[in-house]
Amino acid sequence: MTALPDTSATNKSWWKQNQQRLAPWLFLAPGIFMFAIYVIIPIFQSINISFYAWDGLGEAEWVGAENYVELMDDEAFYTSLKNNVLWLILYMLAIPAGLFVALFLNQTVRGIRIYKSLFFFPFVISQVVVGLVFAWFYDPTNGLMNIILGWFGAGPIAVLADEDYVTYGIIAAGLWPQTAYCMILYLTGLNAVDPEQIEAARLDNAKGAKLLWYVILPQLRPATFIAVVVTVIGALRSFDLISIMTDGGPWGSSRVLAFYMYEQAFSEYGFRMGYGAAIAVVLFLIMMVYIAGFLWKMYRDETGR
Amino acid sequence: MLKARILGAALASTMLTTAAWAGELVINTDTSDPAPKAAFEALIAGFEAENPDVTVKWNLFDHEGYKTSIRNFLTADAPDLANWYAGNRMLPYVNAGLFEPVDDVWEENGLNESLASAKGSMTIDGKIWGVPYTYYQWGVYYRKDIFEANNIAVPTNWDEFKAAGMALKDAGVTPITIGTKYLWTAGGVFDYLNLRTNGYDFHMALGKGEVSWTDDRVKATFANWKELLDAGFFIDNHAAYSWQEALAPMVQGDAAMYVMGNFAVAPLREAGLSDDQLGFFQFPVINPDVPLAEEAPTDTIHIPANAKNKEDAKKFLAYLARADVQSQINETLGQLPINNASTVGDDKFLQAGYEMLSSTDGGIAQFFDRDYPAEMAKAGMEGFQEFMVKPERMDKILERLEKVRMRVYK
Amino acid sequence: MFPRPIEQTSSTTQTLYKIALPIALVIWLLPLIAVAMTSVRSAGDITAGNYWGWPTSFNFWANYSGIFEATPIGQYILNSFKVTIPTVIGAVALSCMTGFALAVYKFKGNLLIFFMFVAGNFVPFQILMVPVRDLTLDLGMYNTWYGLALFHIAFQAGFCTLFMRNFIRAMPFELIEAARVEGVSEIRIFWFVVLPLMKPAIAALSVLIFTFIWNDYFWATVLTQGAENQPITAGLYSLNGQWVAAWHLVSAGSIVAALPPVLMFFLMQRHFIAGLTLGAVK
Repeated sequence: MTALPDTSATNKSWWKQNQQRLAPWLFLAPGIFMFAIYVIIPIFQSINISFYAWDGLGEAEWVGAENYVELMDDEAFYTSLKNNVLWLILYMLAIPAGLFVALFLNQTVRGIRIYKSLFFFPFVISQVVVGLVFAWFYDPTNGLMNIILGWFGAGPIAVLADEDYVTYGIIAAGLWPQTAYCMILYLTGLNAVDPEQIEAARLDNAKGAKLLWYVILPQLRPATFIAVVVTVIGALRSFDLISIMTDGGPWGSSRVLAFYMYEQAFSEYGFRMGYGAAIAVVLFLIMMVYIAGFLWKMYRDETGR
Repeated sequence: MLKARILGAALASTMLTTAAWAGELVINTDTSDPAPKAAFEALIAGFEAENPDVTVKWNLFDHEGYKTSIRNFLTADAPDLANWYAGNRMLPYVNAGLFEPVDDVWEENGLNESLASAKGSMTIDGKIWGVPYTYYQWGVYYRKDIFEANNIAVPTNWDEFKAAGMALKDAGVTPITIGTKYLWTAGGVFDYLNLRTNGYDFHMALGKGEVSWTDDRVKATFANWKELLDAGFFIDNHAAYSWQEALAPMVQGDAAMYVMGNFAVAPLREAGLSDDQLGFFQFPVINPDVPLAEEAPTDTIHIPANAKNKEDAKKFLAYLARADVQSQINETLGQLPINNASTVGDDKFLQAGYEMLSSTDGGIAQFFDRDYPAEMAKAGMEGFQEFMVKPERMDKILERLEKVRMRVYK
Repeated sequence: MFPRPIEQTSSTTQTLYKIALPIALVIWLLPLIAVAMTSVRSAGDITAGNYWGWPTSFNFWANYSGIFEATPIGQYILNSFKVTIPTVIGAVALSCMTGFALAVYKFKGNLLIFFMFVAGNFVPFQILMVPVRDLTLDLGMYNTWYGLALFHIAFQAGFCTLFMRNFIRAMPFELIEAARVEGVSEIRIFWFVVLPLMKPAIAALSVLIFTFIWNDYFWATVLTQGAENQPITAGLYSLNGQWVAAWHLVSAGSIVAALPPVLMFFLMQRHFIAGLTLGAVK
């Protein structure tokens, strides 16, 4: 050890001098490597595939923008797009619903903690289970919904077999866990609301809805922001519920882009990887609008600090 | 001499194989319903008893999920054997080189004679791509007791059929049950209506893309279908049910007929219907000028090109093709053997089907999604489902199918 | 506090509230209660259409042991653990490092890399599907638990990095400064100074990722197949195909599938809620 004091000293000092510059890259390397291989590069590969006709088995054939041209004239694509918009809009109901439940539960009575956790339950459960449960709830012969409708002399309505209701039916199923998610975000947010401001407002005779709108909600903005983000992403990712409850049917009327893409590329009769990739690219571009908005807000927060 | 050769081959194969897969034969099937499951259990046990050096590893998939899984496992993690279907359904895999030709198995075991009837549907590009082990008739399964109670005779032509349906409706029974959630059941109804309206040759020409979907003859088929729809012959909400769920109204006596394959008999019996209550009749004549063609899909087993243990897989195929084995497996399945030396079970539905199919002179179709290419089949069946709920959209649906046709058969 | 604490209201309101709470809960969880009830019914009840009346017999043991004996549901559950646990460990480990690097060091491209992780976390799965499946095939990892776990680790690294980075950002920077002055190397700072302070974040993230991955269905169907390697979500879907209209079995299976994340949630509730809001609401 003592034989080479000089070199080890210089080595050490070289590392010492540069370690603050090198250390971050050392720490980042494995993460960036994995993320690049499984996420970043595949995005570009998919964009590339969308210019080919490929059945996923044989050779791919370059077709240029043909897949996109076909997409513009594809009824099923517009159905999916329309349903995606429906999902985006209606899924947002989870935010006020979550706020409502959170306000209802934001008390300190005995056992309220257990109530809060039980209300949160649906979010912990897999969408597969949620889908199965709701598919059964809607079942036209034995489903609870139609039994209840029967009490009022209505129905039965086969929600999942009716092109006019099916998407709403699935969104309702999706709202159940999503409301639970938003509720928990707001419950935490409500904890952080400044009690002095509320008292001050109350002294000014502010009450109920007015107090909520002018004093509470502005303080809940971080929670609302994150609720919007997760709800938008959730709406655009909707796949599991559709796959389980209807398989896109009846006659494709409950498809969304995410499902249509899977159907074209991977399902029983789908052998069109290129066409599927083109659908995925469109979905990606829509999502990019939101991602860009999110990043823009983050960028302002970061640099404004 | 023969024995020595087999022994030698067996020895060679055990010596060549590495420990990892020595004598292990992996079989993937989708035979998850009770009767097919029992049939395969017996089949595999029988094979293992005769080949003690081979251990069979059997992966059971559910029926609907298998149709997407097969593509993945053929390319990625191939078993040694997999069940699938004849005709156009195997075409993509044959074209992609994912199935192994098995002409040698046919040659060595005399299958060219014993399985001759199915050879055509197993052949693509002059090679044979698997071994068929069963087929079954389609037709109309009906509640005999309900028909008798209402004095309805078995209909043999279109007018009688419609009259029977009206009589059932008057008695408060929905004439036909069906579950179209997974679409293919509607394909069966279309097949029969088209075969009876326009005949086998036209049906096949349409499948090959040679005829326009907006052709008047196609419209004639749909017009016949619309008559049934307008008269309310089918159960409500059929798009919400799978084919098994649609059995329930028939069992409970709320519906009286089901256009189905013979595999429906086993679950109907299991649900409590006796042979006195359940009957079968040939789909009635619509256009008397058209020779009667039938629908009889063939189920098959294939060796994936990426299989590891092809040696034993071929042994298994030879075993599966044997007359006695096919007799036995089809007895359990409640279906018909392909091997011409096999015996057909004395079950009344099997006998009826056998009789009907052996006297068919109009041609035998496989099934809509086996005779029509994948994309056309998917679009077609989706259109049929939509048509069954919204018959007024016929023209729009046919135009859409025509558009798909223009693209699929370039 | 908002709304006004219930203790400050009239006694009628208080009583009404206490009555409303359990009623609201029952309505909210009605689908789940129905499932739990159905899971103990007999097959006879199901065929007779007795879904909502009192069960004619309680078949708790028969149904639950039945699904374990007659189906590979035990294997599915095991597969889920085999995918979920390595993913939790891998994703948390990766993001501790990336989060540390992005939170502590100022260097060119820091924000860019951070945004790459954040953006990647939000992309639709479908745009990754075909290439990731091909990659997994090429690596010979198709239909293996580690093939699925590797993808999950990589993808979750996006969300986890966002979470960890924000958490470390909020830690007192003076600690790191002090250690540097004393000549402690960067790696030792990470290991001995920062990591011990990250324990709550690690716990919260672990519970979150456990739930996310356990409940994943899409990637399970894309990267695995068959009972041997598929996790419970995909398995349940496949069993549902076999148990047509056998709702008592479907229900029992659903409950079994939901149990691990539910248990996890109850045991680690505090961390779970901290996790949901921590990285995000900050």
